Amino acid sequence: MIRVLFFASLKEAVGRSECRIPLLEDRGRAFGLDGLMAELKERLGAGAYAALVSENVRIAVNRKLVEGAVDLRAGDEVAFLPPVTGG
Amino acid sequence: MSLERVRIQPEDFSLDEEWRRMRAGLGGGTGAVAAFIGLVRDLGGDGSSSLELEHYPGMTEASIEAIVARAEERWELSGALVIHRVGRLRPEDQIVLVLCASRHRAEAFSACEFIMDFLKTDAVFWKKETGPDGSRWVESTRQDFDRAAGWRQRREAGKPPQA
Repeated sequence: MIRVLFFASLKEAVGRSECRIPLLEDRGRAFGLDGLMAELKERLGAGAYAALVSENVRIAVNRKLVEGAVDLRAGDEVAFLPPVTGG
Repeated sequence: MSLERVRIQPEDFSLDEEWRRMRAGLGGGTGAVAAFIGLVRDLGGDGSSSLELEHYPGMTEASIEAIVARAEERWELSGALVIHRVGRLRPEDQIVLVLCASRHRAEAFSACEFIMDFLKTDAVFWKKETGPDGSRWVESTRQDFDRAAGWRQRREAGKPPQA
């Protein structure tokens, strides 16, 4: 399973703070962020998905910011972060 | 420095208590301590506004640790502590404490200001303000970014940004 977290305005847009997505392996091909995004689009609907892919949203895998293609493993935590406000 | 340097908590904090704890661990070489306390401003002027702070446990602490580590590269600090509150806060509540100890005052003042300025742009928090005109998610301001950029340009120690 992949644990997916939504924060602040994204939590409101998606309507929940987290969800779990099974690790879907396709004939040995690694399941990556792109696969996760497709799965989230399916499960959350177009409106929530649009919020997740908006330009200023950053993604963290296991609490580290990532960019581009990333392979995921069982137990990974993927977080969608809107722009931070700072302290 | 083995003492805890970053803490996120919903509870209020006591400057006295935190300073006493830091002081117990300082050697005799410390000659200056600067403390900064941030308070929640009253948006509507009638005390009815509130601020909700959300954080990402683990990642938020790491983002602040990184800021403190940058300050320590820049100035020789004998002690550093950041406490930041989360959850629902009211006007006049304490929201953040920064304590910096060093040999001389310039380092303590500058490090304290540096840490606060980068907390405003780099720390992983989301703030929702509720005031007379409803609720909104806050973003870092232009002035916040200018102040952080000022530090990046100004490599020499001891000079705060002009922004």
